[in-house]
Amino acid sequence: MKDYFHLLGRTDRMEKDVAIVGAGQSPFLRRCGVSIGELCFWAFQEAMEGIHLKKEEIGASVVCSATEYDKQRSPAGVISEYLHLKGKPTFCVESLCSSSSSGLRAAYSLIKAGLHDVVTVIGFQKMSELTSAEAAERMGRSGDVMWESPFGMTMPAAFAMFARAHMADYGTTEEQLAKVRVKNSIYGVLNDKAVFRKKVALEEVMNSQTVVSPLKVLDCCANADGAVVLILANRNIAKRITNKPIWIHGLGASSSSATLSGRQTYSSIACAREAAKIAYEIAGVGPEDIDVAEVHDCFTITEIINYEDLGFAKPGEGVRLLEDKETYLGGKIPVNLDGGLLCKGHPIGATGGGQIRTIVKQLRGECGETQVANARIGLVHNLGGPGVYCFVTILGRD
Amino acid sequence: MGFDKFGVKSFVSESKAGEFVTFLERGKVMTTRCKKCQRITFPPKMDCGRCGLSDMEWVEIKGTGELETFTTVMFGPAGFEKETPYTLAVVKFPAGIRIFGQMDKKIPIDEMRVGMGLKVVALKISQDRFSYQFERA
Repeated sequence: MKDYFHLLGRTDRMEKDVAIVGAGQSPFLRRCGVSIGELCFWAFQEAMEGIHLKKEEIGASVVCSATEYDKQRSPAGVISEYLHLKGKPTFCVESLCSSSSSGLRAAYSLIKAGLHDVVTVIGFQKMSELTSAEAAERMGRSGDVMWESPFGMTMPAAFAMFARAHMADYGTTEEQLAKVRVKNSIYGVLNDKAVFRKKVALEEVMNSQTVVSPLKVLDCCANADGAVVLILANRNIAKRITNKPIWIHGLGASSSSATLSGRQTYSSIACAREAAKIAYEIAGVGPEDIDVAEVHDCFTITEIINYEDLGFAKPGEGVRLLEDKETYLGGKIPVNLDGGLLCKGHPIGATGGGQIRTIVKQLRGECGETQVANARIGLVHNLGGPGVYCFVTILGRD
Repeated sequence: MGFDKFGVKSFVSESKAGEFVTFLERGKVMTTRCKKCQRITFPPKMDCGRCGLSDMEWVEIKGTGELETFTTVMFGPAGFEKETPYTLAVVKFPAGIRIFGQMDKKIPIDEMRVGMGLKVVALKISQDRFSYQFERA
């Protein structure tokens, strides 16, 4: 861990180096009906709202997309042009569902290294650009194309195998998984940018069609179109730009074996445990210090595993944390108060940025009915692929 | 070469490990061992990432493995529309390796249990397509 402190140039763990000064999101929609530039503009407008920043001050942009979904080759150029970020460096980063957390990491580094004072992270995906046939073709290349795809591997199948392993290891039931959807749907109703804004009863989840056993339709999040824009600034100007800068306290990242046969366990995700450990270490906090969290609930099982990987619960005790309502608003560690991916939808390249925006808003105290009282420290957990990549980001109000 | 004959649908045609498919054609499921560190891996690799060397030998995967996890896929991707439902699984073998693949369709889904004993068997899908599957031990 000492290596990380050295790399980050930290002498004081809570030193304020880089802040998020703006965060905006387009609505997440099944079909947005606009171009990718227009989709990003939507998010950019909200990110710039109420802050004292001239567009010319943005030194660079990091565009985040799982580009296999894009019709546009190399989207960074087209999007930065549409946002009128003229002449400034721009490039695209990809790590599947965690692309925009990768983007945040890159933007932080550009600022920390002194190359730029202000950098914007633009995460987007317009998944409705694909026809059903194109989506089915990409679905077939979800796993390792050499050793897994020839068997008909899909992304949901990987998480279904995690669910089965968790059931075998800890006695978790399908009904307990369904309770994740029930919780997140309570908050999805209140999120006017979510795809699904309907309260879901336990029986509805249980009665929905099986997609990949033991997971059913309502255990799964849905593809969506969406964009998120984050604006980061260095410590010297962050407070000039906004009176509510949200500081980056810890950045943890790791990767696991991409091929499932290379894993040691299927009821936990090794890279998530490692990313959490690093993020906590850098931030100088532990799971007990987190006031509010966003975790990557691409499937119901994933949220349970995430509780355990993040140390919110011991291995095998994630279900109990949920059943005791500790991850509800008012509980010990409220999780996914924006409805999570299960309700918001999952526009791959925008997903991590959307989670970060929610925590930024929580720490600014702007979440209305879902606001955690006096939230000071928030955590974002963002997975890429079937736990191939994981990014854990700890943000602070002070 | 030869990798395009692997599985229901293959995406890769060229690999130094192409001999894996030739072994399947002969009814054997093989993997590789590094001659230096003696480590056996699955999938097979013709290069050892640990040692940085490319001095590997083929070994047959024998014995009974244990079903670690599985899922039955009801909606398949392109090329697998007619295959559904099929069950994907990870089986752990005594050599310390885990193998990902499909379960034998003859095993009723409701009889599949984590921990059950399975062996990996070469499979001829059609005249020119080869794979392996997990069968009851």
